[in-house]
Amino acid sequence: MFTERSGPPKPARTGGPTLAELSRSLQSRSISSETATEGCLERITERDPSINAFITVLADDARAQAHAADQEISAGRYRGPLHGVPISLKDLIDLRGTPTSAASRVRRGHVAANDSVVSARLRAAGAVFVGKTNLHEFALGTTNEDSAYGPVHHPLDPSRSPGGSSGGSAASILAEMCYASIGSDTGGSIRIPSAACGLVGLKPAFGEIPIDGVVPLSSTLDHVGPLCRSVEDAAILHQVLAGASSPPLLKPRELSGLRLGIPRAYFFALLDGEIAQRFNEACERLTMAGVVLEDVTIPHAADSPTVYLHLALPEAAACHAQTLERQPQDYTPNVRLRLEMGRYILGEDYVRALRGRDVLIHEVNAALHGRDGLLLPTLPVPAVKLGAATVSVGTSEEPVRAITLRLTQPFNITGHPAITMPCGRTQEGLPAGAQLVGMHTLDLLAVARAIEPLLDPS
Amino acid sequence: MTIDEWLQNALRDADRRELPALRPLLENLAKSTNALRAADWNLDLSGKSPNTPPTHVH
Repeated sequence: MFTERSGPPKPARTGGPTLAELSRSLQSRSISSETATEGCLERITERDPSINAFITVLADDARAQAHAADQEISAGRYRGPLHGVPISLKDLIDLRGTPTSAASRVRRGHVAANDSVVSARLRAAGAVFVGKTNLHEFALGTTNEDSAYGPVHHPLDPSRSPGGSSGGSAASILAEMCYASIGSDTGGSIRIPSAACGLVGLKPAFGEIPIDGVVPLSSTLDHVGPLCRSVEDAAILHQVLAGASSPPLLKPRELSGLRLGIPRAYFFALLDGEIAQRFNEACERLTMAGVVLEDVTIPHAADSPTVYLHLALPEAAACHAQTLERQPQDYTPNVRLRLEMGRYILGEDYVRALRGRDVLIHEVNAALHGRDGLLLPTLPVPAVKLGAATVSVGTSEEPVRAITLRLTQPFNITGHPAITMPCGRTQEGLPAGAQLVGMHTLDLLAVARAIEPLLDPS
Repeated sequence: MTIDEWLQNALRDADRRELPALRPLLENLAKSTNALRAADWNLDLSGKSPNTPPTHVH
């Protein structure tokens, strides 16, 4: 039986300890998994009624898993940095014996017979599953408003969306109801809510993390990855999700001499003034530390929205064809309409979009050539108000969906790994995010680890 | 099929299915498809298009 020697780990930043910090405390047995898990469950009980981050809370299972973890750790059978750590899963990801609702009445009554590949890996690593999080229905949206279980509210401002579609995942971490979450990202659904909530969110390289047992949206664009509080956490989770036998020693790169490209033009044409200011301030800090920042171009970046639309919607419509015929009334209206729209896209236009994808892959590769990454904002605006159809950006009013996807969707199209990190806050206290894009996920994580403290020194 | 023809067919079908809310989405989709078809990386087998960008070969 544990005795608590030094209590819960002190947070490295506002809002709660990182997964890595908790992990070290668990390994040293200065805190037990049961204590950490009970704390999460208490905060879920206290805070989730006003946030609505969870669809299913697995309190009994979590307590049993935490107890088992404590017994194993005290017996010297330590499984690694996720052992005993409470995490959540986006309710798109199968977890044996629990429903995978996809936030939809379409899947009413579903119970997963087996773990998804990622759930099985997390379970083998000793993670404690506190629950399944709310999302934009079937991951087809960026605000988490269209859900059979109601919208998720931003923990910092309940009148705002936490972003989506992995909004429940992000909110569950920000409100300290767990230490990390696993989400999915088809156009930005890990990175958008991570940026909106001041978290780290990693979209690994396309195909790197198996999506077996994850409800699909678009086979060309779907990715699975972690939302968490730090790059160190992202690296730990990435290694487990990727099925590596042990996490690598993530040695950060030296700042001096790092070369990062900043893709101007399209990526900076529509940007909230404060988001731009936080990004520019971060760039100044990087430059002073010896990082070389160079403007680069991705000539056809402006074609990203139309390429994305003509890939994602027909692929999603194909996934949903049977249920759209049999039970259309079970979808939320907005999601149903978007899926129906996808069914009208012609095959020849889908093939055109595939060619556009090839062009963008070539151009992002060229922009990355000889550089350690591309750096740009993640979300052009702070977290948007719930119920808003448009948002002000400078002097224009932009549709919420289009503006929130703008900076993330190109890298779903190309499949390059991309990570968002906190990059300061607006005067209202809303988080800003900076996105780093690379060629290979492990190299990306090493660069991200190096620049992370300079992006948000608070 | 031109986009105009496609749109008229799609709007008629949306009306037949009694989904009037689909009309504005289809009209916006038509604009997006026009942009897709106008992109300079589309193939032109006449050989007349001078500057087709290179592509990544899988």
